[in-house]
Amino acid sequence: MFSAETIKMLIDGTADTLYMTFFSTVFAYLFAFPLGIALVITKKDGLKPKPVLNRILDIIVNVGRSIPFLILLIAVIPLTTFIAGKSYGTTATIVPLVIAATPFIARLIESSLEEVDKGVIEAAQSMGASIKTIIFNVLIPEAKTSLIVGGTIVIGTILSYSAMAGVVGGGGLGDIAIRYGYYRYQTDIMLITVILLVVLVQILQEIGMRIAKKTDKRVIK
Amino acid sequence: MNETVLCKHKLTTKRELLILLLIKAVLTIKTLIQIKDLQKDYISQNSTVTALSDINLDINSGDIFGIIGMSGAGKSTLVRCINFLEKPTKGTVIIDDKDLSLLNDQELRNVRQDIGMIFQQFNLLMQRNVEDNISFPLEIAGKSKAEGRKRAKELLEIVGLGDKSKSYPSQLSGGQKQRVAIARALSTNPKILLCDEATSALDPTTTRSILALLKEINKKFGITIIIITHEMTVVEEICDRVAIIDNGYVAEHGKVEDVFSNPKTDAAKKLVYSNKAAVAEMKGKRCIRIVFDGKSSYEPVIANMVLECRAQVNILFADTQDINGKAIGHMILQLPEDNMVAEKIINYLRDRKIVVEELKNYV
Ligand SMILES: Nc1ncnc2c1ncn2[C@@H]1O[C@H](COP(=O)(O)OP(=O)(O)OP(=O)(O)O)[C@@H](O)[C@H]1O
Ligand SMILES: [Mg+2]
Repeated sequence: MFSAETIKMLIDGTADTLYMTFFSTVFAYLFAFPLGIALVITKKDGLKPKPVLNRILDIIVNVGRSIPFLILLIAVIPLTTFIAGKSYGTTATIVPLVIAATPFIARLIESSLEEVDKGVIEAAQSMGASIKTIIFNVLIPEAKTSLIVGGTIVIGTILSYSAMAGVVGGGGLGDIAIRYGYYRYQTDIMLITVILLVVLVQILQEIGMRIAKKTDKRVIK
Repeated sequence: MNETVLCKHKLTTKRELLILLLIKAVLTIKTLIQIKDLQKDYISQNSTVTALSDINLDINSGDIFGIIGMSGAGKSTLVRCINFLEKPTKGTVIIDDKDLSLLNDQELRNVRQDIGMIFQQFNLLMQRNVEDNISFPLEIAGKSKAEGRKRAKELLEIVGLGDKSKSYPSQLSGGQKQRVAIARALSTNPKILLCDEATSALDPTTTRSILALLKEINKKFGITIIIITHEMTVVEEICDRVAIIDNGYVAEHGKVEDVFSNPKTDAAKKLVYSNKAAVAEMKGKRCIRIVFDGKSSYEPVIANMVLECRAQVNILFADTQDINGKAIGHMILQLPEDNMVAEKIINYLRDRKIVVEELKNYV
């Protein structure tokens, strides 16, 4: 059906997509975790209330989340070039992906941590736990399931964003879909890339949900 | 103070030494927790709620101290002030001669490690098993995992859950969860155990078993226990002393027998006489005549009915006799105003083969 060349291209494209998704997710979490935690603990009734800081972080996250990804992709080209040395290709695409995903992930982390029962936090405080202990030994472990579910959503979102980055030569499956499907009217290749993307999202989703369920101790199995 | 005065004397004779020892012994029944002029305001943008004011209480070492009051009286606020989870607006708490208001955050956390606390909703870590929940306070105190395991095992025996160490909280009943919470609160060998409505989410039987456990712990380890509750029975069952909190103030406090047998303030009377007050207000219009025709066996029908229907009736007239273990005669009862309850009573009596006839316009 497809030539060996095309198949190789599709395999490489899939690998590129996974590469971008993986590293973008990792780096975005590196920034989003502290941000999400800060959002939670600086709240008015948080562990370390800092209303002004909280307001500022809140605005930053909201602004970051409301910029459409395509616009952000173009707007950060100078920064991308500065960090990655060029503005196109898979590695370069990681930069805008991280910037776009960080505020989104921070919100997800915030809402996961907020779900933790206030009573449990109070119990930890009554035992003399420090803020650090409460964050790392109470908030995060207790929110584990919700955090993993959030992570699954994040991977799916970043994967589809990475495909969008194909528009500006971002590499990966999205790039192939644009070049062959859109510019050369090779609908079959476009179709197969779309199917590959759907399958990837599906697989990652399934894995994430299984892990979440398996590690959740709140439900009797 | 006494000691310093005495120290200035020259202790030469044996007699004086003996007196000194005696005084020392008396002094060891000492105040462990001193709540002094405590006030707590909750300040929001447009209002200030004074949840507690003018609280002065001394709690002795080894006591089980009850704090009782209506909902919203300030009980939870008070218990949270004792370990400074809430910082008082005014006044202070002195534990073991340590004024908590003078401590920095780190010192406060250290003090809290010596005060266990249990809650109405148990507040266990849902993603940790029982053993890891119990050893959590030790983890906070920087103890090793092995030590935590060992202590968890001991404590699980004490609370009667020796076989549950690997279970998760979601696999336990309410009473079992509270036992785990108690074990957790005891893991650091605290001197004080604070209980905020610890039995309010439990049924009466489980409540009794948890109270018995608390009493046992108090006896065995000499832990001072502070129990917050809105239930009289809890205080009656295990407390030595009680403070009645009303609207943010201490209405009355003292030995349980004294306060409950002779309540002086309105707040105390309301709690103690809550049942009797209801009788005085019998406003029901429905009256029934019940006939004991000798068919029903002689059991305390009326008393049982009151207990089972959880309702009071007014006996307006009675003429009954016990003949060979059978009740013969009749009685006129005034039923409660609530129609549901009245129906329940009538059905209860009919179920017991007692003839019931309703009287119109009797009262
Ligand atoms: N964080 C808070 N902010 C503002 N007001 C509060 C806060 N916590 C408690 N209050 C108020 O303080 C008063 C005492 O509350 P508290 O929770 O101590 O009552 P309680 O005696 O424990 O009642 P309950 O039996 O219902 O638990 C109430 O009027 C309550 O509305
Ligand atoms: Mg309360």
